[in-house]
Amino acid sequence: MSDVSVDTNESATNNEQPKSSNRRKFLTVGTCVVGAIGAVGAAVPFVASWQPSARAKAAGADVQVDISAIQPGQMIRVKWRSKPVWIVRRTPELLKSLSAIDDQLRDPNSEQEQQPAFAKNEYRSLKAEYLILVGICTHLGCSPQHLADGTFEEYAEGVAEGFFCPCHGSKFDMAGRVFQGVPAPLNLVVPPYQYVDDNTIIIGSEAEIV
Amino acid sequence: MNAFMSWIEQRIPVMRVANMHAIQYPAPKNMNFWYIFGFLATIVLVNQILTGIWLTMSYEPSSERAFASVEYIMREVNYGWLIRYMHSTGASAFFIVVYMHMFRGMMYGSYQKPRELLWVFGMLIYLALMAEAFMGYVLPWGQMSYWGAQVIVSLFSAIPVIGPDLVEWIQGDYVISGATLNRFFALHVIALPLVIVILVFLHIIALHEVGSNNPDGTNIKHKKGSLAEEDKTVYKIHEYYTDKYDIIDDVVPFFPHIVLKDLVAFSVFLFGFCYIMFFMPEMGGYFLEHPNFEIANPYKTPAHIFPVWYFTPFYAILKAVPDKLFGVLTMFGAIAVLFAMPWVDRGKVRSWRYRCGLHKVNLLVFAAVFIFLGYLGGTPQENWKIIASQIATIMYFGFFVLLWIYSGKEKTKPVPARITL
Amino acid sequence: MKKWLAILLLVPSFAFAAGTEYPNDHADIDLTDKSSLQRGAQTFMNYCLGCHQMQYQRYQRTFQDIGVPDELGDKYLRFTGEKVSDYITSTMPAEASAKWFGAPPPDLTLVARSRGVDWIYTYLRTFYVDESKTFGVNNLAFPNAGMPHVLQGLQGTPRLATEMKMVDGEMKELNVGLRTDGDGKLTTEEYDQTILDLVNFLAYTGEPSRLQSENIGKGVLIFILIFFVFAYLLKKDYWKDVKK
Repeated sequence: MSDVSVDTNESATNNEQPKSSNRRKFLTVGTCVVGAIGAVGAAVPFVASWQPSARAKAAGADVQVDISAIQPGQMIRVKWRSKPVWIVRRTPELLKSLSAIDDQLRDPNSEQEQQPAFAKNEYRSLKAEYLILVGICTHLGCSPQHLADGTFEEYAEGVAEGFFCPCHGSKFDMAGRVFQGVPAPLNLVVPPYQYVDDNTIIIGSEAEIV
Repeated sequence: MNAFMSWIEQRIPVMRVANMHAIQYPAPKNMNFWYIFGFLATIVLVNQILTGIWLTMSYEPSSERAFASVEYIMREVNYGWLIRYMHSTGASAFFIVVYMHMFRGMMYGSYQKPRELLWVFGMLIYLALMAEAFMGYVLPWGQMSYWGAQVIVSLFSAIPVIGPDLVEWIQGDYVISGATLNRFFALHVIALPLVIVILVFLHIIALHEVGSNNPDGTNIKHKKGSLAEEDKTVYKIHEYYTDKYDIIDDVVPFFPHIVLKDLVAFSVFLFGFCYIMFFMPEMGGYFLEHPNFEIANPYKTPAHIFPVWYFTPFYAILKAVPDKLFGVLTMFGAIAVLFAMPWVDRGKVRSWRYRCGLHKVNLLVFAAVFIFLGYLGGTPQENWKIIASQIATIMYFGFFVLLWIYSGKEKTKPVPARITL
Repeated sequence: MKKWLAILLLVPSFAFAAGTEYPNDHADIDLTDKSSLQRGAQTFMNYCLGCHQMQYQRYQRTFQDIGVPDELGDKYLRFTGEKVSDYITSTMPAEASAKWFGAPPPDLTLVARSRGVDWIYTYLRTFYVDESKTFGVNNLAFPNAGMPHVLQGLQGTPRLATEMKMVDGEMKELNVGLRTDGDGKLTTEEYDQTILDLVNFLAYTGEPSRLQSENIGKGVLIFILIFFVFAYLLKKDYWKDVKK
């Protein structure tokens, strides 16, 4: 701040000036601080208004799915937060075969945080029978195909069933785990979900631990 | 830091411009309450632009979605209701501030030589502001939005020969419709704000070139070399001014003195603004009109249509003239005659403080008539109001006629050489 | 003196005779009274939602604001829509309602802001039996309203009471108020309270942000006062140096 006061006729003594300039300093600092707080406060509504609105939250709300009609070996697709979610009812043979291919996978034990805590197991699910995954390839976002009945063997020798992404050739097993040697770096995401009862799941939130 | 600043300064004169216009600009010491409104107008303009941008993020400019999208903003966007009320309160605040700002100019003769162009730019801003506000009010697509647009746009049909075609051209349709809404949206959000900002910039340039007036109407800038040393200002004023003039010791530097004065005024204004915004944003139906909480219905006209309060004086003038075309001409004439103030007033003395008593009366009556016309234009029609608005309209124009007459040969008091504090 | 008093007492009936707008009763609502809002919501869902809707208001937000847990609200207050985050829509198709009523029953989300709380409070309490009308009722606050008296079961059959009074030297039949047959589920005071709660609820849905706005406003105004004190003292400090 430039020196604005050029008072040559002022009869101010040296005693008066420090007191008045201390007061001035205090008031200047005070005004600036209170003003800055005000400016931040005024910015709050503008910044907060960018948060998802009630409409966005409603559209992104949990989805309830009836899984009673899914046959063993069958996969259904539902929509959650505009993303495809797969629900696969795995057969006991398939579940047994999962551990055999661990050495072909990048992250067989789900060390990377691609799933809720309850899915950090060999089946990557709450209940072994049902696999629930977000069907978006972890490479660049295409939706992989589900290849069953031996059609997956073309891409992974000795593996009968899996997910194959046609965009750049990434492969995932029937627990959503990514193979080595493909562009995708991570296992498929397991969304938060919970069982309402044996026939119904809710995708979008985990059960609260009571 | 200094090296960085001088690197910038050599390429863009940031400091020089800041010093010339915001720091070492000479402002009269006796700037009073009436001198806060230019600053407040700039603040409100910034508010309208900021909140307007934010509203545009969620508003949907179609006749099917507009009304619903405003309610979406009010209910579902976080703090959307606050941003909306900042914008609606700001619109009315803008006109309160601008009317006070204009009246200051009339009281102190701030339109007289050499500030004629400054006044004209101001009037252009006023005109652009009215168009901006009118179009903005259509956007919520409520009953008053629709029917207000219907009434005002249909005025243009009064123009001979081209009238009806002109109305269809403005509407973009055979009636006010989504096509009209969409183009008003584009004009309101981009075109007119750009025009207003440019005009405000030119308005301030014009002001700084000739310097600010003051309540005594005295000159701050004197001929170079005409002042004794003890009469010159003790403050550091930029060479742009001191090279050409001797600046008399009736000024303070814009920073910090005027900035601090404006800061105090701002906090008082903000208090009133926030009180209204948080506790009574509708302002009894004057800032947000009750019929506008009902979605536009082309088949149902509201019982009483009036424009928002800041247009009501001109609406009264329009209704006062029984003929459609002449009503429109008179209404626009009432605005046009304001442009001519620098030439209608032939007086040489600026401030009403030193002018004849008749001038003071003339000005006060003009203000009262303007407010009264506002009342007549903003309330339901009654028989006595027809005659009253006709008399008030005549008195409105009478102000200018009278002013032209007595300003030619006016008995004025001697204007002091120095300001009075 | 008595003559002037008598004339003064007749002034309201002059207003009736002259045909001016019906004077509104004042609705003393309190938006902070959550139990009133809950009762009002219940009345609305049970009696109004059949024909009217609140298409801009969501159930879930309403339940949160009036203090009803989502599950309870979903069970007892949500009769339309699929889930609690849906808007409060009506199931009556628009074309059918336009045919039955002449015009589709208006959306009521914002009715408290467009018509005013006092007017709605008066309107819902001034229906009266009128055999000449389609639905058998007319209304003092809204003459020839195209709405049946949905709340008649609560209020009781309302009739217009008239008396013969001397006006301007003539005997005229003037309205002196409304009386019910007493066959309603509620007493007059209970009915008035029910309507007050309903109107309170409508005031809430008209502007759900009102209470939050006033709370924030108090803090903001105090803050501005603090800022004003600093700015004022600082301004004074610099301006005291300005020679007079």
